[in-house]
Amino acid sequence: MFLSNDVQENTEMLERHIVQPADAEHPTILSTEDLHVYYGKKEAISEGDLRFASNQITALIGPSGSGKSTFLRSLNRMNDRIATVTGRIMYRGVDINQPSIDVYEMRRRVGMVFQRPNPFAKSIYDNIAFALRLRGTTDKHELDEIVETSLKQAALWNQVKDDLNKSALALSGGQAQRLCIARAIAVKPDILLLDEPASALDPVSTSQLEDTLLELKQNYSIIIVTHNMQQAGRISEYTAFFNQGRVLEYDTTSHIFTNPQVQITSDYVSGNFG
Amino acid sequence: MMKSTQQLEQQLKRHSKAAKLEIWGKVVSFSALILIVAVVVGIIGFVASKGLATFFTNHVSLWDFLSGKSWNPGVTDANGKPEVGALPMIMGSFLITVLSAIVATPFAIGTAVFMNEISPNKGAKILQPVTELLVGIPSVVYGFIGLSVVVPATRAIFGGSGFGILSGTCVLFVMILPTVTSMSVDALRAVPRYYREASLALGATQWQTIYKVVLRAATPGLMTAVVFGMARAFGEALAVQMVIGNAALMPGSLVDPSSTLTSVLTTGIGNTVMGSLQNNALWSLALVLLLMSLVFNLIVRLIGRKGRLQ
Repeated sequence: MFLSNDVQENTEMLERHIVQPADAEHPTILSTEDLHVYYGKKEAISEGDLRFASNQITALIGPSGSGKSTFLRSLNRMNDRIATVTGRIMYRGVDINQPSIDVYEMRRRVGMVFQRPNPFAKSIYDNIAFALRLRGTTDKHELDEIVETSLKQAALWNQVKDDLNKSALALSGGQAQRLCIARAIAVKPDILLLDEPASALDPVSTSQLEDTLLELKQNYSIIIVTHNMQQAGRISEYTAFFNQGRVLEYDTTSHIFTNPQVQITSDYVSGNFG
Repeated sequence: MMKSTQQLEQQLKRHSKAAKLEIWGKVVSFSALILIVAVVVGIIGFVASKGLATFFTNHVSLWDFLSGKSWNPGVTDANGKPEVGALPMIMGSFLITVLSAIVATPFAIGTAVFMNEISPNKGAKILQPVTELLVGIPSVVYGFIGLSVVVPATRAIFGGSGFGILSGTCVLFVMILPTVTSMSVDALRAVPRYYREASLALGATQWQTIYKVVLRAATPGLMTAVVFGMARAFGEALAVQMVIGNAALMPGSLVDPSSTLTSVLTTGIGNTVMGSLQNNALWSLALVLLLMSLVFNLIVRLIGRKGRLQ
């Protein structure tokens, strides 16, 4: 799939190659500066300086244990009680990695969808209304409307519109994951973080999920961790390659896949390791 | 070719040492099972035969037994019927069980939430050993503390003798607390981590997550914990007997001396002659206790089944 000839033409490979997105149309919405993550004394992430473009999909790829999930979870402070995160995470000019930040308010703007579909044992409707009700939205009409638009954006509305009061646990894996996306976008976040959202899904559900993400890009900035390199190639504009806690290469997705500058990246994307 | 097939067949059909061990293991575990079942059936059968004798041999009506308010099996009343009304004891047992469960539940769930959600480190280091220690204290020690601390305190605050259901509740609450707590911890631990993450990622605070997601998901387990605590409270004899006053009267108030099924059993069983009405009446109380613990077990199973269906 990838042109290995291209790779061999690069006579001299770099150790690291970072090209931050510089696209006037899609200004930076989130960036990390000097980010380090420690589990106890063990450093899980070092040198993770990345800028993320708004309304684009950025893929984080890399072998297992490379720190890409840890990095992603640090972005909306999901690692708060698990790991120590130092450095700055700039969201629209504000460092959200400081103690004075209200993480609950911040997570409303930086939503997250997990690897395993994790709907609550409530009805489909209540799953989506959960976060809205927590924030004090009680108006039935308003809730109805948001539930409908969220499900439509997640491409689930047509399948569940008659079953909104049924348990969300009865949904199939792909539907459950789209419900989780609908639940995350119900609070209208700016950024959507996805941690291997398709790894538990079958190919058909995966492809539907990818279509949904491409639609969502118009309204949300998306950062997605994926093990599936074809997936990164299909949907993302930018790709960061993680290895052993460091970002070794960051560039547009087409560059990463057709003309990687770092030997390990080249090996990884051509399937020689990882 | 044929020969090697035969050889192979022989090898495969031969009873190896492993196969013999397998049979031996099955025999051992099956006989253990038979023994346990026999013991349980034997106990139920014995208690039932003795307990039912009151009704069949001594011709006490079941209704008089369950609704009668005076308990004095050696004496016959004006109508010539023996006084074997068990209602005061049944009431006493239920009151003390329900009250101690009501008092213990919030403490137990609160402790479990702290141990599992808020501070798992301190929970594991301090509260876990403390809870386990509380389980290990013999009930006579609880009863003795109740007798020398709780009863005088009740007497000082509410007057009367200090013996009664209130003192019993205070002692039982502490006794069932560790059981309910550790089972609640198990129930909370069984809530998958991704539930909490989903809630937190949606911007819920930790308290909102505990209250709206974790406790809701753990409800069947928490109910099981409380029912187990109630079963323990219902069956506890010694400590209760030491602080309840042992008057087989309908409890007029929480600080009047009264009695439970177990306390009457422990005080009375040594003073009666086998086969007499007095003795049979006590066995009837034991039968009620046994049936109640079966009911508690049934409730636990029903909750468990309902929890799985969700």
